[in-house]
Amino acid sequence: MRRPSLLLAGLAAATLMASPSSRSDALKDLYFGEALYHAAMGHYFDALQRLDTELGQHYDLDEPDLDSLHYHIDAAEFSVGDFELRYRMHHRAGRAIRAVLEGDVEEPVRNEAAFRLARIHFQKGQMPEALEALDRMEGEIPPAIRDDVEFLRANVYLATGRPADAVPVLKSLADAEGLEAFVAYNLGIAFLQDGQKEAAVAQLERAGRVRVSDGSSIAIRDKANLVLGTMLLEDERNEEARVYLDRVSLDGPFSNQALLSAGWAATRAEQFERAVVPWSLLAAREPTDPATQEAMLALPYAYGKLSVHGRAAEYYGRALDTYGAELRKLDASILSIREGRFLEALVREEIRKDKDWVIRLRSLPESPETYYLMELMASHDFQTGLENYLDLADLRRKLREWRTGFDAYDEMVSIRRAHYEPLLPGVDTEFRQLDSRMRLRLEQHERLRKRLQAMLTAPRPDFLATREERRMLTTLESIGEQLDQRGVPADDPQRRRVERLQGRLLWALRTEYHDRLDAFHRHLEELDNAIVALETRYRQFVRVRQAASHSFEGYDRPLVRLRTRVDESISRLDRLMARQGRLLEIVAIDELVVRRDRLEKFQDDARYALADSYDRATQLQARRDAE
Amino acid sequence: MSGEQMRSLDEQVQEIKSDVLDIAAELGRLEERLLYPSNTQVALFVELEDGDALRLDAVQVEINGELVAHYIYSFKELEALQGGGVQRLYTGNIPTGEHRLDVSYSGKLKSGREVSGSEQFAFVKDVEPKMIGITLAGSGNGAISLGDW
Repeated sequence: MRRPSLLLAGLAAATLMASPSSRSDALKDLYFGEALYHAAMGHYFDALQRLDTELGQHYDLDEPDLDSLHYHIDAAEFSVGDFELRYRMHHRAGRAIRAVLEGDVEEPVRNEAAFRLARIHFQKGQMPEALEALDRMEGEIPPAIRDDVEFLRANVYLATGRPADAVPVLKSLADAEGLEAFVAYNLGIAFLQDGQKEAAVAQLERAGRVRVSDGSSIAIRDKANLVLGTMLLEDERNEEARVYLDRVSLDGPFSNQALLSAGWAATRAEQFERAVVPWSLLAAREPTDPATQEAMLALPYAYGKLSVHGRAAEYYGRALDTYGAELRKLDASILSIREGRFLEALVREEIRKDKDWVIRLRSLPESPETYYLMELMASHDFQTGLENYLDLADLRRKLREWRTGFDAYDEMVSIRRAHYEPLLPGVDTEFRQLDSRMRLRLEQHERLRKRLQAMLTAPRPDFLATREERRMLTTLESIGEQLDQRGVPADDPQRRRVERLQGRLLWALRTEYHDRLDAFHRHLEELDNAIVALETRYRQFVRVRQAASHSFEGYDRPLVRLRTRVDESISRLDRLMARQGRLLEIVAIDELVVRRDRLEKFQDDARYALADSYDRATQLQARRDAE
Repeated sequence: MSGEQMRSLDEQVQEIKSDVLDIAAELGRLEERLLYPSNTQVALFVELEDGDALRLDAVQVEINGELVAHYIYSFKELEALQGGGVQRLYTGNIPTGEHRLDVSYSGKLKSGREVSGSEQFAFVKDVEPKMIGITLAGSGNGAISLGDW
């Protein structure tokens, strides 16, 4: 499917990327920042891998509001959709954005999500769905996307044959910053589609004079002039046509076609001298360009019309040489593709360093002449196919790398198992003994703590007796009981002595109670600290013990499962790459065959015209000689 | 043009991308558990304080006097940092307890003046994974600062 390039050109102006839009949005989640880092370098797979994991962990938390990603959650959700879109995973991108749209979010966020969804549908050529998403927008629209929303709406109207609806929308965007050239051009196209030819001419005339400085806006301004010039040329308004064709920049992407058309405008007005100027310029350009190839035939035609038959013959001769060379190049290119060299060249990473990498493929030995594929490259489906092929190659490389790691992981796990398994039973036995002793001490600590609490409300001096005092009290109590049993009278010296000693001990316990309580409190606090340290060490040990087990347990099944999944994926990738590659080869060969057929026709025309020029030159010379 | 076939393949490519992303996520979790257990894991991240104030050329980090990372930045990586990205510079293992971190960097300021600096920090590794963010400002006090994450 070839989509009107005017719409694709328009979308390039819209910003796609969610990033911390300003440095004032302080980053609070390192992993989100890491995902943005990968995305900024165009590594969308890595960005998605990081952000998917981070989002998954965030939503698994009992209290996600306490997670650092919480501060960026809207941006993170949008970013997932953006990364998926840029990684050409439209289905998942659509799902991610729909999730935002259906979630509990504020109006501006919902509207931005609707816009992004509309853009995905538009890019996939699903216009009713794009319009439906746009119609879901209501209330506050973030200022940063307001113009983009309306521009997209106008483009959807244009793509669905509703130019009359697009016109007022585009008119309202006349001053949209950064979109001026695109809006002006698309408005002209809208008038044209709506059958308002004079309005279209006037608007394209304005679009061709828009003051812009960035490359894509200059290109679209050139396109406005080219379209207008071509329209006027078709209406045989040749002089007017030339004015607009001459406005097209000489070094822009539309310059070759403009030069060719300018020559034809002059020729139709029978101003052959004027036609020679643009065609001479064009004929010296890149010989693979279709306009250049046509100019090589047109230029001697103009010389012929000027009766400069000798020069015409010379240029026909040059054209024949060029056509011959290009045909050989095309044949070699077709053969090269059939032998699989196009696909081989595509997956060579070192060539993909700049945006013109497809052109640079031609510099590789025995690779096809990729200049001939540039027009094809502009088609959405071929471009998608090409990019998919490269993505598949990258995935296959990743999977193969991962597969080589599995053996190392298996070995690592078995070495750890061999090391830990004999040690752990002994460690566990010792630990259990220590654990029971520790629990005993913890229970004692708890009892003492409760005792302190009880004494704070009801003083119990006896609780603070020393071991010696407790022993003495018990002994005295026992002697007293024995005296009771023997019926010893109360004034017996022995009983009096026991009572004095008991009194002495109670005196000490009562009078020293507060000091003893303070000391008890202090010692208990010291014990608390020791218990905290003990518990920390305990937890650390438990973690280390767990880590020892985790270092070799629980890997076997996941490793087997992953190994199987990786192997299956590699097989699927191989099949898919073969099919995708084959399709690219067929389409590329078809394109080259079309170009070869066209060149062969030019070659035939040039041969005939060359012979004719020689005849005319000979006749002219004969006439001159006769005179 | 076999548009239909291209679109059908595109659907399948999207599916396999999704599958490989799932595999990558599972493998990533498994590798982290296997190679960097949480009780010993330490990870260092680098970010720039203020967008384009510093054109970072290189960063070097030592833990307890041992070189763990020496990174020279490409233009693309620098742009990613200036755009607010955070680079994972190092992931490794250290025991629990106190440690020393030496960070040094070199680069150029917006004015074109060459700048470099180094700073020493102490940090404590607990039983949880330790995430350390190194923020580089390029000049002034706190040209290098450490954040605990």
